[in-house]
Amino acid sequence: MTGGGGLQGEQFNRLFTLFMGITGFFYVLVIVGMLAGIAIRGRAAGTERGERLARTALLGWIAAVVLGLTVLTVGSYASERRVSAAIPARPPLEVQITANQWWWDITYKNAVPANELRTANELHLPVGVPVKVTLKSNDVIHSFWIPSLAGKQDLIPGRVNDLLLLPTRTGQFRGQCAEFCGTQHAHMALDVTVEPVASFRRWQQAQLAPAAPPSTPLAQAGHDLVMSQQCASCHAIAGTPASARFGPDLTHLASRRSIAAGTLPMTRGHLYAWIADPQGVKPGNNMPYIGFDSAKLHAVVAYLQGLK
Amino acid sequence: MSSRCRARLAALAALALLSACDREERQSRAQPVPETLPTPRQSILQPGVPARTAADPRARAYENNSYQMSQGQLLYQKMNCSGCHAHGGGGMGPALSDAEWRYGGSMEEIVATIDQGRPNGMPSWRGKLTEQQMWQLAAYVRSLSAQPRQDVLSSRPDAPSSTEPATLQSRQPVVPSSPAGVQGTSR
Repeated sequence: MTGGGGLQGEQFNRLFTLFMGITGFFYVLVIVGMLAGIAIRGRAAGTERGERLARTALLGWIAAVVLGLTVLTVGSYASERRVSAAIPARPPLEVQITANQWWWDITYKNAVPANELRTANELHLPVGVPVKVTLKSNDVIHSFWIPSLAGKQDLIPGRVNDLLLLPTRTGQFRGQCAEFCGTQHAHMALDVTVEPVASFRRWQQAQLAPAAPPSTPLAQAGHDLVMSQQCASCHAIAGTPASARFGPDLTHLASRRSIAAGTLPMTRGHLYAWIADPQGVKPGNNMPYIGFDSAKLHAVVAYLQGLK
Repeated sequence: MSSRCRARLAALAALALLSACDREERQSRAQPVPETLPTPRQSILQPGVPARTAADPRARAYENNSYQMSQGQLLYQKMNCSGCHAHGGGGMGPALSDAEWRYGGSMEEIVATIDQGRPNGMPSWRGKLTEQQMWQLAAYVRSLSAQPRQDVLSSRPDAPSSTEPATLQSRQPVVPSSPAGVQGTSR
């Protein structure tokens, strides 16, 4: 059962309650009818009164079934109409989500390429604004699921799926891959923040800015290491020479809530742990062991922590 | 000995045989064996002459290992090896699925080629890829000519492809090419 953070979720819950109510009523009716039949049968069997009673019960049963099915059909049609009326065919916001083993690549589409925003593993949505989510996959079949907002939708390599969302409540939610996609399927989470439109715009502007330049000598050394070592072969940091797209975008890494698709909370210590031994935390993921010594590790973490 | 007793013995023997089945170990850490930097060779390299590289214990750990091979395949696409070598057939760069190796076709020699780069366009990947990734790539490059064991090859390609899966290709005998036979000298 989904939660009530999005329009689809709310409608689904309402429909579920209606369905439970009607089926529950019929369940009780059948049990009561059966018990009554057992009680009456012995006394009224074969008499004219018994025949009449049976005919009335049958007619009543048919009427109840027809009525119940009608209510269910109308209810399901009405909630379908509610959802499609609330979400326009071309919503104002379009987000493209590409699943990888085992992280989410997120792009906020914009007609102006310079305003296209790329991030990873963190989805921000404005409350009350319909959003079209385009779903793709780079390797195997994944499934996009934010239980609080809407149902699941598969991401299939070579195909484009989409999903319409309308968040109705602000808050922080968790998304999760819902289709087994390899050893680290469980560590493929998505941090979702639904916030008022104004603060969403602020977040969007902050994310569109290029990466903060290193502010200390240590962070500068870290910047140089990230650019000259293996990091830049896979990761992109806007405003620097690093522009590869194999791994998650790191431009505003330190502003996110977690590391490695919800595997670890974003803290200094966890950044050390992740860079020192990525395979210890999330075995099988595509981030290799680099083998930085402690001085280099300090520098790289200092730089990454500055990427607010 | 009764026939039933014989049948039981045969079943027991079959069970005992099962214990010989070996499951491949998946090593996602970079250090299946201790990491040591290969000593760079710069002088004795001559096109067409098989390079003499000391046998490395990692060659055996990575070759004939389907996990390492598939990681190599992923890197082959992501690092744009196919930009020059296509999917083994060659293009701007030489083919990798034939028996000709300008700079040697052993695991160690392929890693040395990736690590150091080679004249006429092959860039050096030292510092761009980890050693583990180079060994994974070498394992995949070897598989392009169907050299590894058939049971570790992938039965289907990851990307849409018109080529046959490697498991359906027959293994060709490797004929060491003569120095005159490479680099277009005799053709």
